[in-house]
Amino acid sequence: MRPPRTAVSWPKLSALIPYAWLLVFFALPFLMVFRLSLSDSALSIPPYKPQIDWSAGIDGIKAFFGGLDFDAYKQLGSDSLYAKSYISSLRFAAEGTILALLVGYPMAYGMARCKPSTRSLLLMLVILPFWTSFLIRVYAWVGILKPEGLLNAGLALVGIPPTDLLYTPAAVQIGLVYSYLPFMVLPLYAALEKMDYTLLEAAADLGSPPWKSFWQVTFPLSIPGVIAGCLLCFIPMVGEFVIPDLLGGPGSLMIGRSIWMEFFANRDWPFASAVAVVLLLTLVVPIVLYQRQQVKALEAGA
Amino acid sequence: MRRGPSPFNLVSLTVGFAFLYLPILLLVVWSFNASKLVTVWGGFSTKWYGALFQNEQLMAAAWVTLRVGLISATLATILGTLAAVALTRHGRFRGRTLFSGMSYAPLVMPEVIMGLSLLLLFVALKIDRGFLTVTLAHTTLTMAYVAVVVQSRLATFDTALEEAAQDLGCTPTRAFWQVTLPNIFPAILAGWMLAFTLSLDDLVIASFTSGPGATTLPMRIYSQVRLGVSPEINAVCTLLIGIVAVGVICWSIGSKWRARALPAT
Repeated sequence: MRPPRTAVSWPKLSALIPYAWLLVFFALPFLMVFRLSLSDSALSIPPYKPQIDWSAGIDGIKAFFGGLDFDAYKQLGSDSLYAKSYISSLRFAAEGTILALLVGYPMAYGMARCKPSTRSLLLMLVILPFWTSFLIRVYAWVGILKPEGLLNAGLALVGIPPTDLLYTPAAVQIGLVYSYLPFMVLPLYAALEKMDYTLLEAAADLGSPPWKSFWQVTFPLSIPGVIAGCLLCFIPMVGEFVIPDLLGGPGSLMIGRSIWMEFFANRDWPFASAVAVVLLLTLVVPIVLYQRQQVKALEAGA
Repeated sequence: MRRGPSPFNLVSLTVGFAFLYLPILLLVVWSFNASKLVTVWGGFSTKWYGALFQNEQLMAAAWVTLRVGLISATLATILGTLAAVALTRHGRFRGRTLFSGMSYAPLVMPEVIMGLSLLLLFVALKIDRGFLTVTLAHTTLTMAYVAVVVQSRLATFDTALEEAAQDLGCTPTRAFWQVTLPNIFPAILAGWMLAFTLSLDDLVIASFTSGPGATTLPMRIYSQVRLGVSPEINAVCTLLIGIVAVGVICWSIGSKWRARALPAT
C-alpha cells in the first residue's frame, strides 16, 4: 500500500525552481534581444531607445514593448556584407562538419572495434581535450600555422616551399574541425558501440564482402549517431567567434564575429541584436531537429 | 563477436589522435622553451612559470575564474539535477515542452547569442556587471549540461527501486533522498565537474556579461593572445592542462576502485 499522495508534493514544487530560473535567465533575455532588434540606436547609456521606464510600472513595460522600429533589419537587408557573412558562416560550418565526419567516423569505428579495456581508455582520450580550454587549443594552432611557425619549419625540412596558412579561410577550417572533433566522435562511438555485431557475422555468412556489409549494415545502423554528431558540430560552428577571430583574416567572414564587432567595436546594440535574431532564425530548424533527437535518444534509453 | 581493429582502423585511430593531441603537446613543450620562438629550442627553462607568478593581472584573473567556477557549478548542479528529475519522473505536466526545450537549448545555442541576450537582461534590470552577473550567466549555461548528464543516468535507472521504497512506506521525498540520490550521485558529480570546467573555459559569455574588476582568466588570456604570442600564456595553458589531466586520471582511478569495491551493482 502506497501512502496517499498529497495534491501538491514538494517534488512538483522542486521542478518550479529550475523552470523559473530558465524563464528568467534564458527565455526572457531572448525576448529582450527580439525587442531590442526593433529599437533605435541612441547615444545614451545603454545605447538604445526606448528604455524601460520602471517608475511607470506596468505601463512603462507596455510602452517598451510597443513602438517598434524596423531600421536595424532594413540596414541588415541593405548591406550585402551581412548576407555574405551568413552564407560564409553556413559554408564554413557545413564544410567543417563534413570534414569532422570524415575524420571522426573512422576513429569512432576503430574505437568500437577495440577490446573493452582499450575502448574505455580511448574514450577518455577523446573526452580529455574537451576538458582542456577551447581557447588554448585554438591558440596552439597560431604557433603551428604562423609564417615562422612549426608547419613551415617542418615543410622546409622536407624541401617544400613555405605556405602562409594563418589568417586564411583554410586556417579557420582546420580550427573548426580540430575543436569540434570530439563532439562528432562521441555520438558516433555511442551508436557504433551499441551495435549488434552478430549482424555483421550473419552478413558475412551470407557471402557479403566486408565493404558491402559496412554500407548495408553498419552505416545505416549508425545514422542516428551521424545525425546527432553533425548537428552537435554544425549548430555551434555557425555562430563560432573565437576560431575566426584568432585564426581567420579579414577575408574569413563569420557571423558570430560580426555580432561581436557590432557590439563591442561599433556599440550598435540594436543592430547587433538584429544580426543575432537572424542567426537564431537560421538555426531554428537544426536546433529543433537536435532537440527531437535528444528526446528520442533519452526515451530509447529508458 | 567483434573482430579486432583492422589495419585501416589502427591507422585512422593513430592519425585522429595525433591530430587531437599534437597541438596540445606542442604547447606544453613550448612552455618550457627558453627561447621565445616556437621553432627554436633555446634549452629547457621554467622562466615563463616564474614570470607567470609575478604577473599579478593573470593571478587575479585566475582567482576570479576559480570563484565563479565553484559557485556557478554548484548552483548549476542543484538546478540541473532538479530539472533532470522533473523531466524524467514527473510524466506530463503543463509547460513541459517549453521546459525541456529550454533545458537543452543552451547546449547548442551559439555563445554569442547567449552572451548578448544575458547582457541585455542585466542592463534592463540595472544589475551592475561584474562577478555576480558572470556567475549567473555561467549557471544558466552549464545547468543544461548537468541536466543532460543526470537525465541520461536517471533514464537507465530502474524506477522499481523507488517504487519499492514507497511500498515500504517511504514518502516520495524520502525515497528520493535515500534511493534515487545515492544511485545518481556519480552522474551528479560528473555533471558538477563538467559545469566547473565549462565555466573555467568560457570566453564569449564572460566577455559580454562581466564588468570591471571581474576579468576572468580566458578573457585575460584572450587579450594577451591578441597582442601576440607570449610564452607566459603557454605556461598558463600547460598548468591548466596539467590540472585537468590529473583530475581526470584521479577520477578514472577512483571510479575503477569504486567498481571493484561494489561488485554486481
